[in-house]
Amino acid sequence: MQIYLPIAELPVNVLLILFMGLAVGFISGMFGIGGGFLMTPLLIFIGIAPAVAVASVASHVAASSFSGAISYWRRRALDPALAMMLLIAGLIGTTAGVWLFTLLRKLGQLDLTIAVSYLLLLSIVGGMMITESVRAILRARGGRPAEIRRPGSHLWIHGLPLKMRFKVSKIYVSVIPIWTIGFIIGFIGAVMGIGGGFLLVPALIYLIRVPTGVVIGTSMVLTLVTMAYATIIHAATNHLVDALLALLLMTGGVIGAQFGARAGQRFSGEQLRLLLGVLVLSVGLRFAYDLVVQPTDLFSMRTIEEQQ
Amino acid sequence: MSARRKLILALVAAFSAAQPAAAERLISALSTSRVLITSNFTGADVVLFGSVERDAQTVSRRGGYDIVVTVTGPRETIVTFRKQRVAGIWVNADQRTFVKAPSYLTVLANRTINDIADVNTLRRTQTGLARILLPQEISGDIADSIRDDPFRLAFLRLKIDQKLYGEQQNGVTFLTPALFRASIPIPDNAPTGSYEVDVKLFADGAMLARTQTALEVVKVGFEQLVANGARDHGLLYGLITAAMALLTGWLASVVFRKD
Repeated sequence: MQIYLPIAELPVNVLLILFMGLAVGFISGMFGIGGGFLMTPLLIFIGIAPAVAVASVASHVAASSFSGAISYWRRRALDPALAMMLLIAGLIGTTAGVWLFTLLRKLGQLDLTIAVSYLLLLSIVGGMMITESVRAILRARGGRPAEIRRPGSHLWIHGLPLKMRFKVSKIYVSVIPIWTIGFIIGFIGAVMGIGGGFLLVPALIYLIRVPTGVVIGTSMVLTLVTMAYATIIHAATNHLVDALLALLLMTGGVIGAQFGARAGQRFSGEQLRLLLGVLVLSVGLRFAYDLVVQPTDLFSMRTIEEQQ
Repeated sequence: MSARRKLILALVAAFSAAQPAAAERLISALSTSRVLITSNFTGADVVLFGSVERDAQTVSRRGGYDIVVTVTGPRETIVTFRKQRVAGIWVNADQRTFVKAPSYLTVLANRTINDIADVNTLRRTQTGLARILLPQEISGDIADSIRDDPFRLAFLRLKIDQKLYGEQQNGVTFLTPALFRASIPIPDNAPTGSYEVDVKLFADGAMLARTQTALEVVKVGFEQLVANGARDHGLLYGLITAAMALLTGWLASVVFRKD
């Protein structure tokens, strides 16, 4: 069943797009990530222009995160105060990121910057998550329960001023590292065209010591707001958001996210972190493969200006 | 207006135009001048009919007639990149900008183009995919490169892969010695805009006549509504899309609520 996309300007198979939305939505619901770093390459692979893919995925991610955030909110697995603090800095970071995005595109080095940052970020974050979660799982297997407050858990971060109590997360921590994380996620998200959930989740767990159960719902709130904001900005400036493509993706995405959120409840925090680590690392390695192995076609092209 | 009536009108118009005697006149008409992109658009074929008109003074052509149809889509500026290994990774090291290149280009002929006329004639009349002018911007100047320039060849190859460029050396069929038809393929990824249709008549290695017509690829209905909305009211369109995302997310959480 083919349908013509009005902005992407090509016909696509409706069922294929719905299925892609469903699959990525499942993963995003399970891990509390937006899934943009998976969906954007998939859309480019089926022939949609990268700029249209990035712009349209933002609204798909917003829908998935909203549906996910509501289910986490119902289970009280979400910290509204923490989410609000992250958001303030996140939106400032997004605005700064859009500025750098425009600058890099002018310099003609955007593609390489995106590929190298994906490679470095995904490989490092994925590798760290796998190492940590494997250790935690082994520790649990060995009969010792995973320590909730480990001896080393009071990092220098916890000595900073401007402390605030987050009741749901049961933490008492300075807002400075929270604002820094929010800003960086917003900034990287805008430059790389991703929601940044896969970075936010480990950052909150390892640096701020937010309990894993609360992290996912909180992360979804940040993803939801930054991606809804990105949709509006992309539509207003570049006119590249394909509403029909977005609708197909989000229909599959929200259904997948519901099942994913339920599937996620069956795993322990360590297992979820291990699975997400493997996923993030494999996408990172995929980028490494593209950069290192000689491409079959050395040439590529891009339309920079259309004339009617 | 039916295609047949259009054809008749075109024929009448062509006959009434004053033309020098003793030369062939070329008349052509399209089955449709508007290709409509609807939500089930998967590509289309536009049929071109044409006729070579002779009068009493016209000399006889021993070799018969040859027709070359060139269809050129809206022009756009395209950058072609070449990857190179730098410090172990493959990066876009080199690039060429093709200025105002056709977004779509199809050449249809009734036989091998190289047999129709000599190279100089073909080059002068820009006949055939390999002889189309593709100006590149080279350090501020705009000029066409040599024919076997790797960037030019890569550009043509990538466009052919996307089905936006093509050459069919049996794309024109003569129904009688003077009447011909050609089928112009409009692929599903064809850009919207105005397409020029250029018909050239050759005989004995020389170009005798040339006629031009045009067709338009347009979005209609829902496709048009969305495309215009995105272009003319970007902010409102963005707000509606974001609201649609929130509504979809909320609906799913209501539908799937377990209690």
